Amino acid sequence: MSSANPLHDPIHATTSGRVETKNTTCYMCACRCGIRVTLRDGEVRYIQGNPDHPLNKGVICAKGASGIMKQYSPARLTKPLMRKPNAARGDNEFVEISWDEAFAVLEERLANIRATEPRKFALFTGRDQMQALTGLFAKQFGTPNYAAHGGFCSVNMAAGMIYTIGGSFWEFGGPDLDRAKLFVMIGTAEDHHSNPLKMAISKFKRQGGKFISVNPVRTGYSAIADEWIPIKPGTDGALFLALIHEIIDTGLYDREFLVRYTNAAELLNMNEADHEFGMFVRAEVPEEEGCFDPQNKLWWDRNSDRPVVANRSAELDPYLLGEYTLDDQTKVKPSFQLLLERVAQYTPEWAENITGIPAATIRRLAHEMGITARDEKIELPIAWTDVWGREHETVTGNPVAFHAMRGLAAHSNGFHTIRAMSILMSLLGTIDRPGGFRHKAPFPRPIPPCAKTPNDPRAVKPNTPLDGMPLGWPADPDDLFVDDQGGPVRIDKAFSWEYPLSVHGMMHNVITNAWRGDPYKIDTLLIFMANMAWNSTMNTVEVRNMLNDRDEHGDYKIPFLVVCDAFQSEMVAYADLVLPDTTYLERHDVMSMLDRPISEFEGPVDSVRIPVVPPTGECKPFQEVLIELGSRLKLPAFTSKDGSRKFRDYPDFVVNYETEPGSGIGFLAGWRGRGGEKFMKGEPNPNQWEMYEKNNCVFQYELPRSFQYMRNWNQGYLQWAQQHRLTRYAEPINIHIYSEVLQKFRMSAQGKHDGKQPPEHLRERIETFFDPLPFYFEPLEAQLTDKQRYPLNAITQRPMAMYHSWDSQNAWLRQIHAHNYLHVNPKTAAAAGIEDGDWMWVESQWGKVRCMARHSQAVEPGTVWTWNAIGKAAGAWNLAPRANESQYGFLLNHVISDELPPRNNGEHLSNSDPVTGQAGWYDVRVRIYKADADDSHFTLPQFDPIEPVPGERKRPKWLAWFAGKR
Amino acid sequence: MTQLALVIDLNVCVGCHACVTSCKQWNTSGPAGYMSDDNPYDKDPTGTFFNRVQSFEVGEYPHTETVHFPKSCLHCEDPPCVPVCPTGASYKRPQDGIVLVDYDKCIGCKYCSWACPYGVREVDEHLKVMKKCTLCVDRIYDTALPEAERKPACVMACPTSARLFGDVHDPDSEVSVAIRENGGYQLMPEWGTKPANHYLPRRKTRIQIHDDELLRADNPLKKEGRKPRVVIDEHTLDDVTSW
Amino acid sequence: MHPAFSVIFLTTLSGVGQGLFLALFTGQSYAALGLVRVNDSPTFYTVGSFIALLFLGAGLAASFFHLGRPERGWRAASQWRTSWLSREVIVLPAFMAVVFVFGLLHYMGWDPNIIGADNPLQGQLSLFVGMLGALICLALFVCTGMIYACIRFLQEWHSSLTVVNYLLLGTASGFTLATAYAALYAPNLLTLFGVWAAIITFAGLISRSASLIRNARIKYKSTLQTAIGVRHATIAQSSQGLMGGSFNTREFFHGASQLMFKSIKWIFLVLVFPVPLALLWAGMNLHAPALLLAAFVVQYLGLIAERWFFFAQANHPQNLYYQTI
Ligand SMILES: Nc1nc2c(c(=O)[nH]1)N[C@H]1C(S)=C(S)[C@@H](COP(=O)(O)OP(=O)(O)OC[C@H]3O[C@@H](n4cnc5c(=O)[nH]c(N)nc54)[C@H](O)[C@@H]3O)O[C@H]1N2
Ligand SMILES: Nc1nc2c(c(=O)[nH]1)N[C@H]1C(S)=C(S)[C@@H](COP(=O)(O)OP(=O)(O)OC[C@H]3O[C@@H](n4cnc5c(=O)[nH]c(N)nc54)[C@H](O)[C@@H]3O)O[C@H]1N2
Ligand code: SF4
Ligand code: SF4
Ligand code: SF4
Ligand code: SF4
Ligand code: SF4
Ligand SMILES: [Mo]
Repeated sequence: MSSANPLHDPIHATTSGRVETKNTTCYMCACRCGIRVTLRDGEVRYIQGNPDHPLNKGVICAKGASGIMKQYSPARLTKPLMRKPNAARGDNEFVEISWDEAFAVLEERLANIRATEPRKFALFTGRDQMQALTGLFAKQFGTPNYAAHGGFCSVNMAAGMIYTIGGSFWEFGGPDLDRAKLFVMIGTAEDHHSNPLKMAISKFKRQGGKFISVNPVRTGYSAIADEWIPIKPGTDGALFLALIHEIIDTGLYDREFLVRYTNAAELLNMNEADHEFGMFVRAEVPEEEGCFDPQNKLWWDRNSDRPVVANRSAELDPYLLGEYTLDDQTKVKPSFQLLLERVAQYTPEWAENITGIPAATIRRLAHEMGITARDEKIELPIAWTDVWGREHETVTGNPVAFHAMRGLAAHSNGFHTIRAMSILMSLLGTIDRPGGFRHKAPFPRPIPPCAKTPNDPRAVKPNTPLDGMPLGWPADPDDLFVDDQGGPVRIDKAFSWEYPLSVHGMMHNVITNAWRGDPYKIDTLLIFMANMAWNSTMNTVEVRNMLNDRDEHGDYKIPFLVVCDAFQSEMVAYADLVLPDTTYLERHDVMSMLDRPISEFEGPVDSVRIPVVPPTGECKPFQEVLIELGSRLKLPAFTSKDGSRKFRDYPDFVVNYETEPGSGIGFLAGWRGRGGEKFMKGEPNPNQWEMYEKNNCVFQYELPRSFQYMRNWNQGYLQWAQQHRLTRYAEPINIHIYSEVLQKFRMSAQGKHDGKQPPEHLRERIETFFDPLPFYFEPLEAQLTDKQRYPLNAITQRPMAMYHSWDSQNAWLRQIHAHNYLHVNPKTAAAAGIEDGDWMWVESQWGKVRCMARHSQAVEPGTVWTWNAIGKAAGAWNLAPRANESQYGFLLNHVISDELPPRNNGEHLSNSDPVTGQAGWYDVRVRIYKADADDSHFTLPQFDPIEPVPGERKRPKWLAWFAGKR
Repeated sequence: MTQLALVIDLNVCVGCHACVTSCKQWNTSGPAGYMSDDNPYDKDPTGTFFNRVQSFEVGEYPHTETVHFPKSCLHCEDPPCVPVCPTGASYKRPQDGIVLVDYDKCIGCKYCSWACPYGVREVDEHLKVMKKCTLCVDRIYDTALPEAERKPACVMACPTSARLFGDVHDPDSEVSVAIRENGGYQLMPEWGTKPANHYLPRRKTRIQIHDDELLRADNPLKKEGRKPRVVIDEHTLDDVTSW
Repeated sequence: MHPAFSVIFLTTLSGVGQGLFLALFTGQSYAALGLVRVNDSPTFYTVGSFIALLFLGAGLAASFFHLGRPERGWRAASQWRTSWLSREVIVLPAFMAVVFVFGLLHYMGWDPNIIGADNPLQGQLSLFVGMLGALICLALFVCTGMIYACIRFLQEWHSSLTVVNYLLLGTASGFTLATAYAALYAPNLLTLFGVWAAIITFAGLISRSASLIRNARIKYKSTLQTAIGVRHATIAQSSQGLMGGSFNTREFFHGASQLMFKSIKWIFLVLVFPVPLALLWAGMNLHAPALLLAAFVVQYLGLIAERWFFFAQANHPQNLYYQTI
C-alpha cells in the first residue's frame, strides 16, 4: 500500500489520467448550487462551486464538497428489488428483479386502480425537486392523493406569507442583505438557500449591518449574530404582536406604504348583525371575475371626510384609524384600526411573560427596527410606474430585512405567527423594496394564488385525469376539497375542514390515515425520496408498526408499498417493491419554474442537471420511471393520439412537453422557441438541453431595473409577468393586513356563509383559528400537555454538514456528525442531576428516548435540542449495526406525535396547525432525567439490525479514495 | 520574503465545514496520494483531514457567544515541527514560507506532531506518513488552473469568504490589511512559533437610538389625530406657582 | 500523551543495555585501578556486553515499531544538526558498535597496552574503548532525554530533570541487572555493582520525585484562551469537529481513567525504587542471585510503568483543541 505517486514537492507533481470537467447542479441539498465536476479517468475527482453560477458564485458547502462519497457510497441501491415472499416488511429481505418485471407489476396494479378507484393510488414525495413532474403524473392518473413534503416541512411559512404579502421566504423570496442595515433572522438554522444566505450574511456583516437572531438556540448563523435573543419556542407570535404594538404606539410604521400598498386603510363592515360583518365594504362597482383582489373597496378620505373608493391613483388621503359611519348607517373601521385594537392587549410586558424576552428588549427591538426603517431610507434612482399609473422617480427602501423559517413554521400556531411577522414587515414598509424582503419569480402571486384543487369528490373519476390540481390555494370555503357531508376527499385530509389551507398537502398524515382507513383504505402507496419509516415521520415506532400491520385476513393494511430511493434507507426496508434511483450526478433534472426554481431577486432563474457519470448498476432515474409508467398507463399527457408513447425519455419530455398543446410553457423557461430565441414562453426547442449545457446549466433572466422592485404593484413588472405567462392578471397585489379570506372561513363557521359549511364538530375550531387578524395562542400540543410534568420544549436543528438522513452513508460527513447529543442548558441539567456526557432520558407524553447529554450555554434553559436525523436504525444505510449512529445517535421523532391526544368523541386530529396542516414538529413538551447507572450505554429504542440488500456493495473496512487510475 | 498564509475571519465563520470537506476531496486525489479513512461505515469513523472546524461556547447564558473555529497548519514562521524532524521530511519552503512534509522521506515517527503545539499534523494511518495542510501548494502555482482558481480549495469553498489567502509579509496584501485593521491575532503566541496564519476576532455592530428619534414632527400618528397624549390630572407647575 | 509501547520499550530496554554496559565498564575500571579484585574471566565481560547488546538491539527493534515507514529508517540520521531524534538515531548504533567492539576485545582476549606496558593499568585498549563507550552512552542518554526535554511546550518534559532521570533510571536498571549477573558469574563484583545499583536507584528516586513534584506544580502557559485567542474567563468546547476520534485524539491522550493513572504512578514508585532496593539488600546479604534477578525484573517492570506514566503525564497543549467530542 503506497501512495499513488508520492512526490517531494507537490508543485512538480504530475498526476496522470484523462481529466474532464462538466457543469451540473448540486443536489446534496435543496439549495441547488451550480457545481463544476472534475473527472479523472471517468471518476469524480473534485466537485467545486461553479464560479459562473448566479446562485453560489463558486462557493460550495460541506455536503456539496462530499458528493464523491455519496456517489460511491456502499449504501446505494443498484437493482430493482421485490420483498421476499416470506419476509415481513421491515425485515429488509429482498430478491432482485428486472426492470421489466418491476414495470409489469406496477403497470398491472396501477392500471387496475386507475380503471376502478384512482384515489386508491397515493403518490407522496419527500425532499425532491420535481413536483412539476410528480404532480403532473398524479393529476393525469386521476388521484387526488398526491403531495410533496411541504406539509410537514414549512407550509406555514409559504401560506402565512403568501396569504398576506403574495410571496414568501423559503424558495420564493428573501432578505435583501445587500442593502439592508438591520437583519432580523428568526428561527432559522440552515435553510434551503444555504450557500447564498451564508454569502449574504457575511457580506452584510462586513458592510457593518446589525444582525439579530431570535432563536432559543445559538448555533450556525446565529453564532455570528451581533445580538442573540433567546426565545421560548412557540412564542414568536407574542413577540411579533408586541413589536407591532410598540411600533404602532410610537408611530414608527410607514404610513405611506400602508395606505398605498396594503388594505390597512380599507374599511371593514363593523355591523355585527350584518351578513357582511368583518368583510370589506365594497363600492357599487361590479365585482370582476378572476383570481385577484378587485379594487373596489372604500377608504375614509380625510379631505372630504367621506367614504371614497380606495383609488390609489387619485390624491386621496385616507384615515388609517378611527370609526366611521356610512350613509346607510353601516359602522366601518379601517382595518388598521382593528389591528391597533387587536394589539392593544399585546404589550411588551405581556410578551415578556410568554417569550422570556425582557419587555425593555422588545421595545428596543421595535425602536431599532422602526428607526432604521424610517431614518436609513434608501432612494434608488430607478423610475417606475405603479399599477395605478402613478410615476415614481425613485424606488425607496426601508433597510430592515427579515428572514425566518421552521422555527416559526413548525409550530401549530405558526400560521398566525407568520402572518404577524408579515404584517410587521409590512408596517415597516419593507415588502419588495431595497434592503427589505424581495420576491423571486414566479412570485409575487395573487393572494391567494389562482391554482385550485377540485372542490368536489366527483372530480375523481376512473381512467380520467383529475379535474383540477392536486394542490391549490383555497380562497374561500367553497374551494375546499370535501364531500357533501364536509368530509375530506384526500387520504391526508388536506383541504378539508380540519386543515382548510393545507396548500402543500399533509404527507405526515398519510401512513396513519391509510393504516386506519380513515377516510378510506388505499391500495398502493408510492413514496419517492422520503424516509417515512424514520426521520420524516412523527411517532416513528408506531408508524413502523403501521407499515407492517395486517388486517384480520392477514393482508397488509396498506396493501402495496413502492419506494423509490437511491440508498438503503430505513424506509426501503418496508417496501414491497424498491426502485433504485440514480444520484444527482447521474441524471437529467430540472429546477423548473413550474415547481421551485432558483430565481434571484433580479429575475427568474431555472436550472438543470446533466449527467456527469453514467448510472450505477441498474439505477434508473425516477423521472424515466414516471415517463415509462405514464406511457404504459396511457395517461393523456404522455400518450399521442394514436395511443403510442409520446416521449422517448425524460430529456425528450422536458423539451417537448407543454402545459397545454401550443401553450409554449414547459418545464424549462430558458432558450424556448425553435432556435432558442425565446424565454419563459415559446415553442419547444430541440436543442434546449445543449443550450443549458453551454450556459453552466442555468438560465437567468434579469428584469429591467425598473421591474425589480415593488412588484406587487409595479405596472411594468406585472405586465411583463402577464405577457410571459407568469400570471394571468396584471392586477395589484395589495397586502392583506386584514385577511378577508380567513374571515370568510370564520363566517361559514358562524353560519353566515351561503356555501360550504364546516361539520358541527369543527365549527368552533374554524371560528377560533380563522381569525382575520393574527392572534397569539399557545401551540395546541402544549395546551393539551401537563406542563408541570413536561416542562421543557424539545426541538431540533439542521446541522450544516448533513442533509436530513441522507448523509450517514457519506464517509466524510459522518465523521463530523457520527451521533448526536441532547443539548441542555447546564442549569436545567444540574436541576435534573445530569452531567455533561451522561446517559439520560428525554420523555414526552408519547414516548421516551435514551440519549447522551451535552451541556450547552447556547440554549435557552426551557429548551433542549438535538441535531436532526443523525440517529439511525441499526444496519440501515449499510452501516455496521454497531455504528455510532444507531448506538449513540438518536431520533427525537420517537417522542413527537403525529396526532393530538384524541378528542372526547374519539376523533383524531393531526398534530398540525389548524389552518394549514403544517406538522407541529417543535411543539412537543418533554421532561428529562438521568438514566440509571447500570443501564447499558446505547440509545433506546433500538430496532433489530437489518442486513444489506442485494446489489449493495460490501462496505469496505477502510477507504483510500483516489480518483482515476493510480 | 514571502510568507503565504490563511487569515480566518471568526466574525463571519458560521462553522459550515465546507473548508473541511473541500480540503479533503481536493487532497485525497492529489499528487501525494489518498487521505485514508478508517471504519468509514462502522463504529468510530476516523480519517485524515488537514483542516477541522471546532466550536466553542464563550460566556454563560444568556451572554453566550458561539465561536466556530477552523484550524489547519498555521505555517509558523519559526516552526518547531521542522528542526525536530530526523529525516528532513518536514521543511519550510524559503520561497513562500509554506511548511510541507515530503512524503517520500517521512518515516512516520510522529515526532514533528509532538513538536507542534496546535494539533494540526495527522499521521495517515495507511500511508503511514505525516500529513498536514499544504496550503494547496499544488493549486496556487498550477498554471493549468485559471488564475482566479489558484487558491487553496478551502478558500474557494468558503461560503462566507471567512478564509483569506495571501502574503502576510506584503503590507499591502489583503491579508495584511485585514490583520492590521481588524485586530488579527496569532494562536498561542506564548510559544514564539509566530504562526503565519492569523485569526480575525468577532466584531459587533450596535444601533444607537436617541430618545428624540421616537418623537418626531412627522410622526404619522399625528395624522390620525393621535398626538402623544398628555396627562392632565397630574400635578403641574400651574398648581404650585403664583407669580 | 499516549504512551506508545514501542517507545516505552525502546527507552527502557536501551536504558538497561546502557546501564549494564556502564556497570561492566565500571567493573573493569575498578579492577584496572585495583579497587576490586581482578576478575580474570574475559567471558564475564564478553557475555555481559552481549547481554547489553541484546537489550540495546531489542530497544532498537522496538523503535522500529514506532515508525510508520521503518524501511526508510536510515533517513533519520540526516538531521543531526537540529534533531535530537536524529542524533539518537546516530548515537544508538554507534554505541552498539562500541559495545560490540568492547565485547569482542574481551572475547578475543586481545587487549594490548596502548599507553605503555609499564603502566599499572592492564588491558588498556578495552579500557579505552570502554571509556569511549561510556561517553557515547552518556551522549545517548542525553539524546534520548533531550528528545523529550527539548519540546518546550510539553512542560512536564521540558526540564533537565528529564535527561537526569533517563540517565539515572537507565543506569540503575543496568546496574541492578549487573548485580544479578555478577552474583552468578563474578561474585567479586557483586558488592561493587550492588552498592552502585542502590546508590543510583536512590539518586533516581530523588530526581524522579523531584520531577514529579515539579510537574505537580506546573502552571501551563497555554490556555483555552490563548489557544483560540478569545479572552474570556468561561470558554467551553462544544465540538471538535469530528466524533470518531482522530490522530490528534489518539496520539496525545492516554485514554486511561484517573484511577489507573494515579495507580500507575504509585506502582512505579514502589516497583522502581523501594522494592528493588530491598531485594538488592536481601539478595546481597543472603547471596541469593534469584532475589537479585528479581530486583532487576521488578525494577524493569516498574520502569515500564514509569515510562508509561512519563508519557501519560505530559499534557500537550494541542489537547486544548480536543476537549469535547
Ligand atoms: N444542511 C442542511 N440544510 C438544510 C436541511 C438539512 O437537513 N441540512 N434541510 C432543508 C429543509 S428540508 C428545510 S425545511 C430547511 C429548514 O431550515 P431551517 O428552518 O433553518 O431549519 P431548522 O433546523 O428546522 O431550524 C429551525 C430553527 O428554529 C429554531 N426554533 C425552533 N423553534 C423555534 C421557535 O419557536 N422560535 C424561534 N425563533 N426559533 C425556533 C431552532 O432552534 C432552529 O435553529 O433547511 C433546509 N436546508
Ligand atoms: N424531528 C424532526 N423531524 C423532521 C424535521 C425536523 O426538523 N425535526 N424536519 C422535517 C422536514 S422540514 C423535512 S423536509 C423532512 C425531510 O424528510 P425526508 O424527505 O423524508 O427525508 P430525507 O432524509 O431527506 O430522506 C429522503 C430519502 O431520499 C433519499 N434520497 C436521497 N437522494 C436521493 C435521490 O437522488 N433519489 C431518490 N429517489 N432518493 C434519494 C434518501 O436516501 C432518503 O431515504 O424531515 C422532517 N422531519
Ligand atoms: S448548499 Fe446544497 S446545493 Fe449548494 S453546494 Fe451545498 S449541498 Fe450543494
Ligand atoms: S502549525 Fe504546527 S505543523 Fe504547522 S508549522 Fe506550526 S508547528 Fe508546524
Ligand atoms: S513523522 Fe515524518 S515528518 Fe514528522 S518528524 Fe517523523 S519523519 Fe519527520
Ligand atoms: S490550504 Fe489546502 S490543504 Fe490547507 S486547509 Fe486549505 S484546502 Fe486544506
Ligand atoms: S468554510 Fe468558511 S464559514 Fe465554513 S467553516 Fe470553513 S471558514 Fe467557516
Ligand atoms: Mo423541509
